[in-house]
Amino acid sequence: MANKLKRRKEEKMLEIKNLHVRIAEDETEIIKGLDLTVKAGEVAAIMGPNGAGKSTLSYVLAGKEDYEVTEGEILFNGENLLDMEVDERAASGVFLAFQYPMEIPGVATMNFLKAAMNSQRKARNEAEYTTPEFIKKVKAASADLSIDFNMLKRALNVGFSGGEKKRAEILQMALLEPSLCVLDETDSGLDIDALKIVSDGVNALRDPARAFLVITHYQRLLDHIVPDTVHVLYNGRIIKTGDKSLALHLEENGYADVIASAA
Amino acid sequence: MNVQNIQKNAAEEALGVSLPTRRVESFHYTDLRSQLGTFTAKAEKPSEADAKQLGDGFPRLASNAAVLHFYDGHAFERGEALPGGVSVKTELPKAMEVDGMDDTVLAINNSISADGVMINVAKNANVERPIGLAHAFTGKAGTTAATRYAIQAASGSTSTFIERFMGRSKDAHLSSSVVSLDIGADATLNYLIVQQTGLGADHLGHVSVKLAENSKLNLFILNAGGKLVRQEVKVDVAGEGGHVEIKGVNLVGDNAHIDVTTVLDHNVPNTTANELFRNVVAGDGHGVFQGQIKVAQIAQKTDAQMACNTLLLTDEGDFSAKPELEIFADDVLCAHGATVTDIDDDHLFYLRARGIKEKAARGLLIKAFVDEVVEELGAGEELEEAFIGIIDSWLDANT
Repeated sequence: MANKLKRRKEEKMLEIKNLHVRIAEDETEIIKGLDLTVKAGEVAAIMGPNGAGKSTLSYVLAGKEDYEVTEGEILFNGENLLDMEVDERAASGVFLAFQYPMEIPGVATMNFLKAAMNSQRKARNEAEYTTPEFIKKVKAASADLSIDFNMLKRALNVGFSGGEKKRAEILQMALLEPSLCVLDETDSGLDIDALKIVSDGVNALRDPARAFLVITHYQRLLDHIVPDTVHVLYNGRIIKTGDKSLALHLEENGYADVIASAA
Repeated sequence: MNVQNIQKNAAEEALGVSLPTRRVESFHYTDLRSQLGTFTAKAEKPSEADAKQLGDGFPRLASNAAVLHFYDGHAFERGEALPGGVSVKTELPKAMEVDGMDDTVLAINNSISADGVMINVAKNANVERPIGLAHAFTGKAGTTAATRYAIQAASGSTSTFIERFMGRSKDAHLSSSVVSLDIGADATLNYLIVQQTGLGADHLGHVSVKLAENSKLNLFILNAGGKLVRQEVKVDVAGEGGHVEIKGVNLVGDNAHIDVTTVLDHNVPNTTANELFRNVVAGDGHGVFQGQIKVAQIAQKTDAQMACNTLLLTDEGDFSAKPELEIFADDVLCAHGATVTDIDDDHLFYLRARGIKEKAARGLLIKAFVDEVVEELGAGEELEEAFIGIIDSWLDANT
């Protein structure tokens, strides 16, 4: 699946240094000096209470214009991510699985998938997929995620259930083969069965050349997608880093003692 | 100051009619006095060779259609075999009566001499092949080209008409079409208007419809051309069980002014109507939609829905939407909604976050917005593809 990815495990894929971010409209600072490094092959979990800046971090990585970086830098495979347009980031391998995937009336899911895949391939000077190649890929990937192929003829995410939307996000991730997958609260709104399907889909994409940033409130997702590292984000900064046992500690004790000891 | 006392301007002198000021409510957003060009002569009948060339570059919309051809407003005999159940008389229908300034489009059409035909669809005829009414214009500066036709769809019949206007001229010229549709009991009439006149065209269209019991009108309007366009639709829902379906796409380009004004008169009980327009405004285009629904006191159980949604792509463009309900019955369902928005930033971000470049992502969203109307037409694959093709070309050139 990820044979185009050449990065070795020990290389730093994502380096965030002293990042400060504010909301462009009202200048509220959300990220306040965040440092984070994610290596190729690593699954890093970001946990934190409401309002810690988790979703802001994911949007800043994807390039949403509502946020303004006032200080610091983000390097992606050594390149300045903040200099890239939204679509350039995607074509260079950054993928954000949205917490709330957009419903886009009138755009058939299949047309969207084809436009996205071929646009990225074109940007990387790769040959665009022909229609039969494309359909074959989509059929295989959707079967893996128990997605009814007919659903993909409908408008993108329109009328999809919460679980279907999240599965469609993972389908896009599987088809676009990104090197950095940012999952923004992918577990929200999922029942146990859907959580299992989505997690299996993510685990199938784990690869020494691919990194995951798994943003979540709850430990339960991390039972399925077992992280290498766990970072606690609070008030715009990483206040503690550990291994998967840190997630279990948070589940049992809440954030209070971690916050207190960091203060 | 009243209308009579205003000195006639050049446009009025040339056409021999008085034009409404903006104080006439139905022309508040479209100021014919200042916007209409000055037209002094009827376009001459082109030679066969010239006429043939006018249609070049406008491929047929429906391969099986029987087409009646008009070039610069003159009917041309092309000998296309009509389907069974349809008869055409090359006779100018009588001019429609003008009732004051609201009917200025009729008055103009009456005053510039028109060619026309009368068409009959026989009782219970189920006509599968569409009838094309194709108008191509040379668009020589200062000229007019007008047509008038009357279509009578007898009871129980089903038929489809495609009225199309084509041109490329950037010189100021006027085209005008006035149509009356008389739909008999239990009949279904599909009437599709495709307006692709040149960028210099002033185009004034008017469709008057009368529906008998249990009859159905499916009207589609695609405006994808012209400089100053006013398309009027007046429907007299005169038979119980009558249903009116109006769908439209208005593509308003830079410097264009496109006005669609509809009046639905529900005059008997138990009738339904559904009206949906989607508009895209580019550059400094100006779009207008006036949708009036009148429900007479006896017209109980009327169900009339109207929606007008606009994508405004620039700060320079504008769109005026005026839904108007006049309801005198007490047991009716009437609703209207009008929206004017830019492309949704979140939608755009989502597509771009998947690697689709901004221009392409915008294109996908605009196209989705208008294609939905075409896909809901039920006009068959060939026609829907043809309409989407026209929309695509317009979007390529204008966005």
